[in-house]
Amino acid sequence: MKLPHLKFGRRLSISDQIYNFFATMTGLTIFNWEFIKQAFLPPYEIGEVKKHMDELGVKTFGIVSITGFIIGLVLAMQSQPVMQRFGAGDFLPGMVALTVVRELGPVITALIFAGRVSSGIGAELGSMRVTEQIDAMEVSAVNPFKYLVVTRVLATTLILPVLTIYVIIIAILGGYLAIVISEPMSWQYYLSSVLNSVEFGDFIPGVAKTFVFGYIVGLVGAYKGYTTEGGTEGVGRASTTSVVLSSLLILIFDTVLVKITLWLWPTLG
Amino acid sequence: MVMADTRIVEVKNLTKRFEEHVVLDNVSLVVERAENLVVFGRSGQGKSVLLKCIIGLMAPDHGDIFIKGTNVLKLSIAKLNEIRKNIGFLFQGSALYDSMTVRENLTFPLKRHFPEMPQKEIDDKVKHTLELVSLEDAIDKMPSELSGGMKKRIGLARSIIPEPELMLYDEPTTGLDPITTKEISELILNLQKKLNMTSIAVTHDLMCAEIIADRAIFLKDAKVAYEGNIKELTDSKDPFLKNFFGHELIKA
Repeated sequence: MKLPHLKFGRRLSISDQIYNFFATMTGLTIFNWEFIKQAFLPPYEIGEVKKHMDELGVKTFGIVSITGFIIGLVLAMQSQPVMQRFGAGDFLPGMVALTVVRELGPVITALIFAGRVSSGIGAELGSMRVTEQIDAMEVSAVNPFKYLVVTRVLATTLILPVLTIYVIIIAILGGYLAIVISEPMSWQYYLSSVLNSVEFGDFIPGVAKTFVFGYIVGLVGAYKGYTTEGGTEGVGRASTTSVVLSSLLILIFDTVLVKITLWLWPTLG
Repeated sequence: MVMADTRIVEVKNLTKRFEEHVVLDNVSLVVERAENLVVFGRSGQGKSVLLKCIIGLMAPDHGDIFIKGTNVLKLSIAKLNEIRKNIGFLFQGSALYDSMTVRENLTFPLKRHFPEMPQKEIDDKVKHTLELVSLEDAIDKMPSELSGGMKKRIGLARSIIPEPELMLYDEPTTGLDPITTKEISELILNLQKKLNMTSIAVTHDLMCAEIIADRAIFLKDAKVAYEGNIKELTDSKDPFLKNFFGHELIKA
């Protein structure tokens, strides 16, 4: 796998920055292709994938819990006066649920996950690269790409949908709290309104796209870390650029996936 | 092409350049079975690059590298890995896996090279190898809890645990105090005798070279400029060698 080198320096010209952008996209495409080739070849490091899933789940559990709860709470708080003004107060639980299930839950969870995990993978693999640990693995006849990259990308791809479902549930609970603070509403009524509004067709595309987001987070973090150059400064750069690039790609892919979803299921529009 | 059986490593006309900078220019060398070859040279003269080309971490621009008669530059990664299983590499910074304990660092190559090996045998091997480097007590420590000298020893233990035929040492004593330098050098020599290993050590540490070297070469201006045993190099009337070894001789 031959990847293009990026240009580094304190002051890069615009042409250097344009070159770096295209070199990064080319490198990421080659890296992605290498992942696809190696993911299906033995040995399958299933134990490592499970270990990373455990670690990622524990690492992000707290932050996504708080975020999910606040999303639901704030969404209901802000929407309540407007909806009541238009006499649509009864639709509030359904509106909160639909917004969270279709868009806010998956995207916000993915962005939080990118901030927490993509930078972590970038820094971890980056420091392994600059301290020659990846070379040590290679000379001891172990495939470092398979052991370090494939396992992490699979772990992020599989754990993000689980976290997203959890965030959706927490956000719906947050929405309920915001409503009952200002007006009495029974939990049973709130829950039945939510369940009546959200169909299976809302839930599946929302959660399915988080597999793609999880893949992006893992792949970008691993790519930036695995190709780190330039000592500790390079590790820092790998960590920060992982977050920026993975967040940007999540938003771009979200747009594309929403368009595809609406094309496949026109009734969702 | 099949080499004579005693030649473990043969490098022929190796050239490596980084953009316009030539670091190895037509370098050739031979290392015989159970021989310890020391590669001297000033910083930036391509010593580590030579080792990395031999192990396949870097691809040379020109030349051939034979290990036990096989040209490793023409091998697929799977076949190269089969050869790598018989080679140990001690990195300058030890390169211990810092997310693993000492025990896990040592079992990592074993479990992958010998998946059928029973756990009891793995445990015994780890214990025995740690005894060889006198660090049995460090078995459950993390690399961050070890001193520089201890890291080198554990790095050495990890490299020799699969009992390789060939060891490559990249600056094995750099950054260590003279007493630890002597201990590590003697340890390398003892291991070589006990396990009948062939080795190539890159260093600019004369004390280490005096202890371990059967033969030495000196890289200068990207070429093998001098070759001989340590005494021949240190006693040389050549002004460059006198200047290079002068500092060490004054201390001695």
